[in-house]
Amino acid sequence: MKFRTRRATALVSVALAAGLALSACNSKNDSASDGGNSSGGGGGKNTYVFLPKNLGNPYFDTSDKAGQKAVESFGGKYQEVGPDKGTPDAQVPFINTAAQQGVGALIISADDPKAICDAVGQARDAGVKVVTFDSDTSPDCRDLFINQATADGIAKVEVDMIAEQIGDSGEIAILSAAANATNQNAWIDMMKKDLADNHPNIKLDDVVYGDDDDQTSFDKTAALLSSYPNLKGIISPTTVGIAAAARYLSTSDAKGKVALTGLGTPNQMRDYVKDGTVKEFALWNPADLGTLAAYAAKALVDGDITGKEGDSFDAGDLGSFTVGADATVLLGDPFKYNADNIDQFNF
Amino acid sequence: MATTTRAAAVRTYPAHAHTWWRRVLMTRESAVIALLVLVYAYSYGNVPNFDGPLTLYFLFLDIAPILLIALPMTLVIVTGEIDLSVASVVGLSSVLVGRLHHDAGLSIPVALVLAVLLGAVCGAVNGFLVAYVGLPSLAVTIGTLALYRGVAVGLLGTQAVTDFPQKWTRLAQDRIADGSSYPVILVPFVLLLIGFAWLLHFTPFGRGVFQVGLNDEAAHFSGVDVELTKFWLFVLCGAVSAFAGVYYTLRYGSARGDNATGLELQVIAAVLLGGVSIFGGRGALHGVVAGVLLIGVIQSAMRLENYTVNVINIVIGTLLVLSVMSSVVTTSLLARLRSLARTRAGGTPPPGRPREAASPSTRERQQP
Repeated sequence: MKFRTRRATALVSVALAAGLALSACNSKNDSASDGGNSSGGGGGKNTYVFLPKNLGNPYFDTSDKAGQKAVESFGGKYQEVGPDKGTPDAQVPFINTAAQQGVGALIISADDPKAICDAVGQARDAGVKVVTFDSDTSPDCRDLFINQATADGIAKVEVDMIAEQIGDSGEIAILSAAANATNQNAWIDMMKKDLADNHPNIKLDDVVYGDDDDQTSFDKTAALLSSYPNLKGIISPTTVGIAAAARYLSTSDAKGKVALTGLGTPNQMRDYVKDGTVKEFALWNPADLGTLAAYAAKALVDGDITGKEGDSFDAGDLGSFTVGADATVLLGDPFKYNADNIDQFNF
Repeated sequence: MATTTRAAAVRTYPAHAHTWWRRVLMTRESAVIALLVLVYAYSYGNVPNFDGPLTLYFLFLDIAPILLIALPMTLVIVTGEIDLSVASVVGLSSVLVGRLHHDAGLSIPVALVLAVLLGAVCGAVNGFLVAYVGLPSLAVTIGTLALYRGVAVGLLGTQAVTDFPQKWTRLAQDRIADGSSYPVILVPFVLLLIGFAWLLHFTPFGRGVFQVGLNDEAAHFSGVDVELTKFWLFVLCGAVSAFAGVYYTLRYGSARGDNATGLELQVIAAVLLGGVSIFGGRGALHGVVAGVLLIGVIQSAMRLENYTVNVINIVIGTLLVLSVMSSVVTTSLLARLRSLARTRAGGTPPPGRPREAASPSTRERQQP
């Protein structure tokens, strides 16, 4: 190595220096061209940074776009940053960067409720207001959580939809995810109670479990229809289940006769809503979620609210909201998707 | 650089062809350090908030695992081998600490020791297959990359362990002194750096490492235990990776099977950027440290400019390709220039330059 490297290394040094000069020029050009928003707004209290679980996820694209609209409507600077995979260790550097930049607010969908807490704490120490949406951290970590829906609200909207679609009487069944899924079971218990209290003519025949597996859910739907010939409706409070059930129904004789509703996403359900298999299903509206998160962040930055229970703030077109227990703001009742509005959504 | 001085001294050639400052400054290591200084100075002056108090602190926290693993990785690559499984060992050690702490109720220090032992075992498996079975390290460690990652994910599934005591997660992020930019993790790093620098550059073992990388047969005949050297380097690589895994777990407060996925590429990129030859036989730790820091500074500065991860990866990837390419391109360019000069002079080629005692080396084809 000793003999060949003398002048070679000199040249290498020159080449590297040239490479550096090039890249330096590049970044200079870049920062000059979009410098308007990065050097002026790379920090600053008027900057609102959205940090979704990962980039390129249509669900978060929807809410972040709505957030951008809201931020720009009140004259703030919007930024979206994020990792390309949804893990907490990939999210932390972006939280750190927001702390360094001293931005006004950081609006996060947390990849892990506890793992990002330290980083969030450091950002708050640096004066950044932290709002979580969609997925919360531990309540003591952040300033505010925008809750998309409560268990009550989800259970009630599903029972209301099925009651409306089958004329408030007849036999129904529930197609759930795994038998031990905590949130599913909580919703099912609430639905049972609601049915018993308010819908005496609806009979719940069975609860079956598709394990959030497409094929299993498909098979369970087939089994439900053959075991209960008088079945009039199915509730599937899981996006995998409702899509599989819709696929089965759309090709069977029961299409249009057996109502199907539950929690689903527009992209999965679009075809089935259009061909009449499904009349209406529910989920929160991620666009409204992004909008509300942006306005909540603004209220925190402006000092209008502190995250204390009972604080209230204005969220543009969405109206006025009040902070609940555990510094949580509830978006409201789940949003119903049907043939009239499904084409406005892409996630 | 010092490896050939003794061999040269017994001959009639001067000990060095150039004065000491040319030997120190005209090296790849110096080029990387210069680049690091330039990029840092540029960022400091031009990137908003780069001069803030948090920048260096977060930068060191982020690159600490790469810094740690790059040390043994340098030695492995100098022998002409490679270890691609390091990030999987990080993940496995992370999961192990999580399970040992959460399910077995062991304290963090005990879990750390066990994890490092497991890392050493993982490295020993690599080392045994490479050194004693004689399989190519690329194939072996790409296999164990998948194997260790698979075991890690299998042990914990898709869930994460996050209930680590605050005392330890805080320690992983603590600063050396209040208000200092240097986190505590730099203490074990500096200790390891001193250890590895001593091992590589100032011991017979380290000379053997270079010998193995230049020509392992010649190294064998000059008394180096090639197999044992490689074996121990892989063990060290596994153990240090596992230690980095424990740090990673505490720093992010979460033990997950997919922790640090892809970290091996950053480590190897930093080592190569730092002037270590992928063919083995040359490299120095100060260059490697500068390489890691360079990657860290670029990442940090570009994040502050709000570039996405992909753009940052493109820049670092390009830099790596350029740095690997530059040595090959300049060498062949020089050779061509020289032969051109000779034909123009019309004379016969000068007598062959003296070779090292251990030549012919595996890099013969690169020499002018």
